[in-house]
Amino acid sequence: MKRFQADVVIVGGGFMGAAAAFFLRRRGRSVILLEQGLIGQQASGVNFGNVRRQGRFLPQLPLANRSREIWGRLKELVGEDAEFLPTGHIRVCYDPNQIGVIESYAEKAKDYGLDLEILSAKAVRLRFPFIGPEAIAGSYSPHDGHANPRLAAPAFGRAARRAGAQLFENTEIVSIGKTGEDFEAVSSDGRKFFAPAALITAGAWGGLLSQQFEEPVPIAAHGPQMAVTEPLPYRITPVVGVATKIPEEVVYLRQVERGNVVFGGGIRGPAFPDIRRAYALPERLLAQVPQIRRLVPALANARIIRSWSGIESYLPDDIPIMGPSARVSGLYYAFGFCGHGFQLGPGVGDVMAELIDRGTTATPIAPFHIGRFATQTAIPALT
Amino acid sequence: MASPRIVIVGAGPAGVRAAETLLAAGLRPILVDEGRRDGGQIYRRQPDNFRRSYAALYGTEASSAENLHRAFDALRNAVDYRPETLAWAISDKRLHVVTGAWSDVLDFDALIIASGATDRLMPVRGWNMAGVYSLGGAQIALKSQACAIGRRVVFMGTGPLLYLVAAQYKKAGAGVAAVLDTSPFRLRLKALPRLMARPEVLAKGLALTWALKRSGIDIQTGIEPLEIEGQRENGVEGIRYRTRRGKTRVIPCDAVALGYHLRPETQLADLARCEFRFDSGTRQFFPVKDEDGRSSIPGIYLSGDGAIPLGADGAELAGRLAALAVLADLGHAVPESARSGLRRSLRAMERFRRGLAAAFPWPAHFAAALGGDTVVCRCENITTGELRAAVTEKGGVELNRAKAFSRVGMGRCQGRYCGHAAAEIIAAAAKIPVEEVGRLRAQAPVKPLPIATGDHGVGAA
Repeated sequence: MKRFQADVVIVGGGFMGAAAAFFLRRRGRSVILLEQGLIGQQASGVNFGNVRRQGRFLPQLPLANRSREIWGRLKELVGEDAEFLPTGHIRVCYDPNQIGVIESYAEKAKDYGLDLEILSAKAVRLRFPFIGPEAIAGSYSPHDGHANPRLAAPAFGRAARRAGAQLFENTEIVSIGKTGEDFEAVSSDGRKFFAPAALITAGAWGGLLSQQFEEPVPIAAHGPQMAVTEPLPYRITPVVGVATKIPEEVVYLRQVERGNVVFGGGIRGPAFPDIRRAYALPERLLAQVPQIRRLVPALANARIIRSWSGIESYLPDDIPIMGPSARVSGLYYAFGFCGHGFQLGPGVGDVMAELIDRGTTATPIAPFHIGRFATQTAIPALT
Repeated sequence: MASPRIVIVGAGPAGVRAAETLLAAGLRPILVDEGRRDGGQIYRRQPDNFRRSYAALYGTEASSAENLHRAFDALRNAVDYRPETLAWAISDKRLHVVTGAWSDVLDFDALIIASGATDRLMPVRGWNMAGVYSLGGAQIALKSQACAIGRRVVFMGTGPLLYLVAAQYKKAGAGVAAVLDTSPFRLRLKALPRLMARPEVLAKGLALTWALKRSGIDIQTGIEPLEIEGQRENGVEGIRYRTRRGKTRVIPCDAVALGYHLRPETQLADLARCEFRFDSGTRQFFPVKDEDGRSSIPGIYLSGDGAIPLGADGAELAGRLAALAVLADLGHAVPESARSGLRRSLRAMERFRRGLAAAFPWPAHFAAALGGDTVVCRCENITTGELRAAVTEKGGVELNRAKAFSRVGMGRCQGRYCGHAAAEIIAAAAKIPVEEVGRLRAQAPVKPLPIATGDHGVGAA
């Protein structure tokens, strides 16, 4: 069997892996990118497409800001903009108790360089007349927006390939380990890939790989419930979401320039990483539509033409695993983005490339270190 | 044991015969149908206040149509019949239906899908203009509303429906400008042994073609469509094609009816996670079923043209057989003799279907020759060139991947009308067999679902 060698081997060709491959090439590192299916096919490709910073875990904002800066330069960097539109992002609340929550978040976000505008019910109505009467306040983030998830990660993949990265799609890695100086990743058909540095960006499958380095993580797979309407006149420019503590009320929607309204939210469905499928559930779609009508009443006149799901991965503390391994030198992780990784994609790629290339990064990512799960009971490594 | 819950989707020939068979065994199925009235597409009933005779409406099939309608009328009050109801999704033995904006969930022990078929279409430059219809659409306009799609209509494509609809238009007094068949005549002769599996149907077809010819209609075989000419504002003005001798001709017309046989409506079977297989004779995927209609998923039965298009009489038999399979699987005593006759007839019809597919082949080779500016996906207005770019520049060689990159098949029809042609365009651009391109995965809702949809009994604004 043929032997492949590079400076870095990346396992998992989602947004994080494709972006990391691209930025590593820009730093002159040779890269092998391994993907079991096709680039950006799972969580990276099926998510809502939110390029949103507000509402995030505050210590994640420096990373999100770095990513947002790259989103604005996508065309120049990878040759296409993946339909990124910095149209603004509005979160409204229905419950008076939530007003304090969004106000306090806006206050703290300032320290991280994210300026949010708190809007009264009247101001919400004036600025965004399509939002329903139940909204009593809103938090507006003027420089957030949305993009097309079906296009973004594949665009990074192609740009990485053009820049000289070796991409291997339909290549499932069955074992990975470190022997001597090199990591060795072996595919199901027996091909071997070697590199002195390895980056695991395998999303819901990341835990199977970290386990092989005796770093198990309590990762769970879920499927988002997404749908899209027929095209309508283009009126809803910002991304619109709900700030609430009630899971059923969580919906978000965005209108693309050609007119379709994409929406998602509510309670997530099951996902099946072993067969690489997650199914949109009709019951969950029916649970979403009253919330969609509540948020934007005029949408009651529209029709849904398609629904979908995909495989996302979640950790119990709702933040990802990102950074160096706690056990093996030269090993890095960036997976488990808990349904909010799309905005972060370019930034994660850039930061991981910097970390692998320079051994350090200017962007704080310590809260995401895999070591926080080290007290978990170790599961014997797979052979 | 509680009475088993059986749901039938579709009140066409297969669904009605399935319901009748179940009723006869003492069961009361739910019969869900999208139509306002029963009969499906082929035996579509005219609105109540229309008074055309069966002979005028259904021609040689008048007695079959009348028999089916009578059968339905007899069972209508004995089953739970739900007209104007869309079955839009399936999850774990639950069928989700919506009537207007009222939704309901039907738990079932057995589901018989008799969802029928639609026209199979190959794009041609200009087919997105006003005045271009599918053959089935042209036929429905006539049958249901007594309307012709134009004053001077060209019928183009291939297959028996091409001649049948042209003859029905002629008979109704509509102007038939020409019948342009893409299949060369010699293939019909070659397919004769298999077509002899149903000599009476073959005879009917020949008589129909002769009658068309005698009436002076220009019938051409072995043609290649080049363009439907016209203007954005005014629609169709003519059709340009290459004759079998290689000459370019233009026929002025104000409407075109297009079609290349039928394709089954398989989204429900797909959503139920039934397996599919590639049929090399027609270059499309059919859901896998056994001879009696059992799919690969227990409790899901497939019948009629929604599983494999054999025509209306085949659908009636398949509907009966699927119902008998349900009964047998539920533990009812079903005499073998009741099934063996149906199976035997269906085998002959399957042989005939293969004969038709060989005599009037799906013109896959046209896909490679389509100009880059020809629209392939009419819902999303995506051109052949844009689809090819998704293949050659972005590597989208699998149909769902090409859809993600190009938006082909992402619109209201979900690729039901462009999916087969898109697969051929991709196969030609990527130089791979069409079966490797795959098929579009079905996504709920099967047809557009109102956001106004509310729960049953609650309703919505």
